[in-house]
Amino acid sequence: MGILEVKGVNKSFGGLQALNDVNLNVEEGTVHAIIGPNGAGKSTLLNCFIGKLIPDSGTVTFDNESLLGRKPHQINQMGVSRVFQTPEIFSDLTVFENVIIACFAKRDGAFELNALSSVASQTDMQEKAAQMLIDVNMIDKRDEMASSMSRGDKRRLEMAMCLAQDPKLLLLDEPTAGMARADTNNTIDLLKEIQEARGITMAIIEHDMHVVFSLAEKISVLAQGTVIVEDAPENIKGNPKVQEAYLGGAH
Amino acid sequence: MLGLNKKDVGLLLVVIVLTVFAPFILNPFPEGSALAQFNAGYPDLMQRLVIFGIFAIGFNILFGLTGYLSFGHAAFLGAGSYAGIWMIKLLTLNIVPAIIASIVVAGLFSLLVGWISLRRSGIYFSILTLAFAQMSYSLAYSVLTPITGGETGLQPKVSDPRIFDAALAEGTTPRANFFGMFMNDSYELVLGGWVFTFNVGYYIAALFLVIAFYISIRIFRSPFGLMLRAVKSNQQRLNYTGIESRPYTLAAFVISGMYAGLAGGLLVAMDTQAGAERMFWTASGEVVLMTILGGAGTLIGPVLGAGFIKYFENIVSKINESVLQAWFSFMPEGMQDLVVSIFYPFIGKGWHLTLGIIFMLVVIFLPGGLMEGGQRISNLFKKKSNTDSGSGKSSPAAAE
Repeated sequence: MGILEVKGVNKSFGGLQALNDVNLNVEEGTVHAIIGPNGAGKSTLLNCFIGKLIPDSGTVTFDNESLLGRKPHQINQMGVSRVFQTPEIFSDLTVFENVIIACFAKRDGAFELNALSSVASQTDMQEKAAQMLIDVNMIDKRDEMASSMSRGDKRRLEMAMCLAQDPKLLLLDEPTAGMARADTNNTIDLLKEIQEARGITMAIIEHDMHVVFSLAEKISVLAQGTVIVEDAPENIKGNPKVQEAYLGGAH
Repeated sequence: MLGLNKKDVGLLLVVIVLTVFAPFILNPFPEGSALAQFNAGYPDLMQRLVIFGIFAIGFNILFGLTGYLSFGHAAFLGAGSYAGIWMIKLLTLNIVPAIIASIVVAGLFSLLVGWISLRRSGIYFSILTLAFAQMSYSLAYSVLTPITGGETGLQPKVSDPRIFDAALAEGTTPRANFFGMFMNDSYELVLGGWVFTFNVGYYIAALFLVIAFYISIRIFRSPFGLMLRAVKSNQQRLNYTGIESRPYTLAAFVISGMYAGLAGGLLVAMDTQAGAERMFWTASGEVVLMTILGGAGTLIGPVLGAGFIKYFENIVSKINESVLQAWFSFMPEGMQDLVVSIFYPFIGKGWHLTLGIIFMLVVIFLPGGLMEGGQRISNLFKKKSNTDSGSGKSSPAAAE
């Protein structure tokens, strides 16, 4: 029984079959990578997890509850946090405000009219947000504008916001896309730390093999809308099906 | 104190001092002097300054925090006005029911308009609110004439029911009051050449301004205010952080609608009349100008913007050709006529031309409004004193 279960998911856009009978199981407490060549359907699959797309058929369940037809904020409230390809943060707010918003969202839910209490007086939330910034090594930047952060720090900040919600599942959409090697390695280290310290289940969609093989405990290879292999990393590299998919034999 | 930090208490005190001493501050020139035309310390104008200040504070809660630009807020001001005048006609000349009704009615009306308009954002939201306001305006002029009085608007009459009041004698004018204190009663203080007017209506409106400003500070500093700023910054991230943005924007919309209703109710309390022109789109545009001119998203900016526009509207409109002639009388004849004819289009009825130029200059050179101007000036002084003391320590932003 996985925490995230995908069963027989099909999705087509016009004549294009983007996902074809996809089955996937993300076990609790593991890091599960979904890889595949361009156009394999990775993003489509991710969008089915987070409420952006509804599959034509099949089921997606999280914690034994269906995710289909729910809105992004509802799925987040169930315990799924998402990290974007380009970090999505509140650029006009300070680093600290970014994190404390996530803390409020966790405590208060989708809507709470807290119009007359002051942010400064909520000491428990303040402490929690500060702790999150300490965890990702950004406490010295707490009062700076989020927009002034470097790409790597923006990623850290986004991660801190996700972690502030104690998610049961962290979805990462190409977390190192467009990063320099050093930043990529920093991100890998950060993710490893988080995994070791908190044991959060992670599903990573990734292009970069270096990232995938440093982090994942299990890899699903997606090609032409289908999962062709699901195995441990050490068995993936030598698998002829994977090589064929990546080297273009199928085309 | 009062749940505010030191800086905010300071800001609140500034507003209190400014409103309490406004009759002095706005009347700096002795009566009868050449500069007396720049005085603004008469009741009618002072009331308008604070009432439109309240309107702008409320508008800023929506526009300044969430970035949703409503182009129809005058509709709520108008709705509040009508609700207020009906209370005065039906219940009592005491302004309390009128003001409560104006807030409630405007709140309900803004709930309806917001519920529909907030399905869209950006320009589509603005157009929807504009459409609603113009519809309200047209309705008030046509089909709803029995309720709104159409073109003539509504005024209290001696023959109105006023079920809580004793009947007025024939021939008296009904005057709005607050438990016996009449809105248009004033006390005049003559000091040398100066005449200072203390008006009951002004001080009641000013009390509401202080309360409105205090609530706005609390909202700005609350988790709710933080969420509204997050809406403005990145709605996608907010949704993926588990927050639904629409209830937040709707709440902000209704709160700002209630502020507009309060302003409308106060207008009625002061001049006991209501007309459809208060809902016209130019009135909606004016509050946008006030907020942007003063500094959208800042606490005190909208109050300054409202004061600035209402003050100069009054002063500049009063200047006429003979005043200009007098100003430039020191010049040779031909030159005087030339200068007067250059300035003439910008005064009197040409006030909107002047306002347009000021607005363009502010938006181009001070996108943060008058508040940014003030900040730049104070930074200039700070920098100067820093280099003078030779500390040579650069600001943290420059060190990045």
